Amino acid sequence: MKGPHVSKQEFTFDDLKRILLEGAGADEEVDLDGDILDTDFESLGYESLALLETGSRIEREFDITLDDDIFADHTTPRSLVEAINASLKVTVDA
Amino acid sequence: MGRRVVITGIGVLAPGGIGVSEFWDLLSSGRTATREITHFDASPFRSRVAAEADFLPELHGLTDQEIRRMDRAAQFGVVAAREAVADSGIELAGLDPYRTGVSMGTGVGAVSSLDKAYRAATDHGRLAAVDHMRAPADLYDHFVPGSFATEVAWAVGAEGPATVVSTGCTSGIDSVAHAVDLIREGSADVMVTGATDAPITPLTLACFDAIKATTSLNDDPARASRPFDATRRGFVLGEGAAVFVLEELESARRRGATPYAEIAGYASRSSAFHMTGLRPDGRELAEAITVALDEAHLNPSDLDYVNAHGSGTRQNDAHETAAYKLALGPYAHRTPVSSVKSMIGHSLGSVGSIEIAASVLAMRHHLVPPTANLRTRDPQCDLDYVPLVAREHRTDAVLTVGSGFGGFQSAMVLARPDRRTA
Amino acid sequence: MSARTLVTGIGVAAPSGLGVEDFWAATRIGKNAIGPVTRFDASSYPSRLAGEIHGFEPAEHLPGRLVPQTDRVTQLALVATDCAFEDAGLDPGDLHPCDMGVVTAAGSGGSEFGENELRKLWSQGPKHVSAYQSFAWFYAVNTGQIAVRNDLRGPTGVLVGDQAGGLDALAQARRRLRKGSRLIAAGGFDASICSLGWAAHLAAGDLSVSEVPERAYLPFDAAASGYVPGEGGALIILEDEEGAVARGARDAYAEFAGYGATLDPRPGSGREPGLRRAVLAALADAGCHPAEVDVVFADGAGVPRLDREEAEAITAVFGPLGVPVTAPKTTTGRIGAGGAPVDVVSAVLSMREGLIPPTTNVELSPAYDIDLVAVRPRTASVRTALVLARGRGGFNSAVVLRALD
Repeated sequence: MKGPHVSKQEFTFDDLKRILLEGAGADEEVDLDGDILDTDFESLGYESLALLETGSRIEREFDITLDDDIFADHTTPRSLVEAINASLKVTVDA
Repeated sequence: MGRRVVITGIGVLAPGGIGVSEFWDLLSSGRTATREITHFDASPFRSRVAAEADFLPELHGLTDQEIRRMDRAAQFGVVAAREAVADSGIELAGLDPYRTGVSMGTGVGAVSSLDKAYRAATDHGRLAAVDHMRAPADLYDHFVPGSFATEVAWAVGAEGPATVVSTGCTSGIDSVAHAVDLIREGSADVMVTGATDAPITPLTLACFDAIKATTSLNDDPARASRPFDATRRGFVLGEGAAVFVLEELESARRRGATPYAEIAGYASRSSAFHMTGLRPDGRELAEAITVALDEAHLNPSDLDYVNAHGSGTRQNDAHETAAYKLALGPYAHRTPVSSVKSMIGHSLGSVGSIEIAASVLAMRHHLVPPTANLRTRDPQCDLDYVPLVAREHRTDAVLTVGSGFGGFQSAMVLARPDRRTA
Repeated sequence: MSARTLVTGIGVAAPSGLGVEDFWAATRIGKNAIGPVTRFDASSYPSRLAGEIHGFEPAEHLPGRLVPQTDRVTQLALVATDCAFEDAGLDPGDLHPCDMGVVTAAGSGGSEFGENELRKLWSQGPKHVSAYQSFAWFYAVNTGQIAVRNDLRGPTGVLVGDQAGGLDALAQARRRLRKGSRLIAAGGFDASICSLGWAAHLAAGDLSVSEVPERAYLPFDAAASGYVPGEGGALIILEDEEGAVARGARDAYAEFAGYGATLDPRPGSGREPGLRRAVLAALADAGCHPAEVDVVFADGAGVPRLDREEAEAITAVFGPLGVPVTAPKTTTGRIGAGGAPVDVVSAVLSMREGLIPPTTNVELSPAYDIDLVAVRPRTASVRTALVLARGRGGFNSAVVLRALD
């Protein structure tokens, strides 16, 4: 799946918000436009299933393969965005 | 004490064994029937192993017309039903057809036929909408799988209450329990009941890939299903059917039948928590077990064998182990527990009935089937799972359980009819 | 065993009304809700009419996190369930979660969701299939989601028997109550107005090809030429009488008094279809003489052969013109697993108002000796109602509902 022809080279926080909304909706109690970069996904109302759906949408759109454990290792938006950009960089460099 | 319901006939069609005798040979040997998928090209999928049945319908008495009309799972159901009726020795033709009913379980119905029909009627997905002119004539009967009950009823000549029970992965237990209810309440005298599924199809594989529920252990297919093992990585899809003839105990005895077992207790509960997630403590499954034991007038100490759900996912096996400890107390550690899914995979809705068959055969042979591939201990799973080798063991009462997406938790207690104090 | 099973709450999502009030206002006067298909482009199919629920915005009723993971059928089921619990006047904490369960009938499951995933699978590849497909399409989804949303941890059930399944689910709920549960949410739902569903209905061969909404679905009419599919269903709260009294439930609608079911013999056997026997079993179960029945809510297949079978069974049990018969589903089309629970709602409301809703648009064929309540509603004291449902594959189910004293 990895290849030199990636469609986008950067994964932004806005990309994450958009994909979360499309794939998993939003909890009425949570404002995704607020200061949530360092809030746990769980506190944002996203459980493992929502994150699996989000992960596969990211994989498809950015043409990358994420580790099975990516959401276990990266539990906040900031950490996830950084991790995905790191793996995008690897993909481009490869 | 109401009417007591017993199993007097069994039919099984499972990976590695068509018919009860081949099925039991496989389970008692501890061999596994999991392999690389051959039903279609599985190379684009994350999980590429399954337990497939080598089933040639024409060799099992199905006519060309029946083969064309029925989904693979419906074919399994009819073949297993015929074996069960023959095994029971009952002459259904001599009975009032309105007093014979059918209850068939299925988790995903005719998914393989729907998948095939969709492909054919959209030119492999090139058309955005389904072209009805290219759809098969039996599409509705695949779309609404009530047809599975109808096919079995037609095959055995039943005209009493008939239904399909579809509670996901507990369908195979719940379907048989429904049949028990109908006999106990007097709505039927004989029930032909069980479950069937043939889910090894691209759509099913793809959706379990997406949630990483199926195993990623593709390199060693024979050892891919590892319930309770520390290295388990998810379940392995299976397929098959098991069907039983149920009768009221006294009428079975009057006609000279020897019952395999009494279905002595049952309960279903919902974890009402999450569609795919489970509360780690196993509370609702534990409650189902306790209520099923109460209905059977048995104590945890009376159980000789626990036939586990044991799907081999990280979550399930720990959840289930917790539930056994909660429901059975110290006897959780003293009673052999095993998962036949290690050998025949997880056929979703039908596996509950296949596991009832395994439980009943364990009672008949006083032999507990093993959990194959269990080589590495997981601290969260610390019961006696009968690793690798079947065990000779006096078996008069068995608990079998199921747990599935949607929060379904079911438990059934089977007992030798003469064992119970009435 | 002697405790009565009561209908203490109802919720409905039907083409003729989302919510009991709108539904009954339309049903009691036979207001047509069949129209052109809008849920997908049906222009290339020979049948283009359906009973659709218009103006339903799931996000107005359900949490944002739930909407992407649910098919339309589940969204309708969850909203109808909310209404039924509210109607039953049940507050959180009235009953222990383990004493409440849920049993639903399914037809085709989350078929629109499933079709979309099949499209992604075959046009884009396996990696495009949604994580939610693992449960959004399967037949058990409504029972599971209703249990999760309402914290119902007691016994569960899911039955499939095409149109008849909706009554089978209510009967299974009664069994659960007799085994000790206090409350079961029971009903059935279907929503298969998508291209895959349409192809399935067309394959079955009985879909009406009429272009005129008022002429497309005419059970018991000499012009009967098939049916129109509808979507939706109903959720019925059933409680055992003792428990309902103990929690101070307000007046119940009716008693769920009797049930019977059969399966037709294999085609070509020459044996009688099973409907008459199902009716007799339900009456016997209710301890009810045919003369006590005030109205029959017919299955109303709209297919001449099936209409004749049903009319003959009704006449055999009740005599020629022996009981008023109605098929209000002529306003909505046939809703699969949801159809019979919707009829149960109509039946209990008909008791409450003393009015039998009409079989809209239908002129009774002289071939049938039944007293059809056609075109206009009929005022009547309804103390006992019989609801019939038949499903493809030969399923016959019958339920007796009785007014409470």
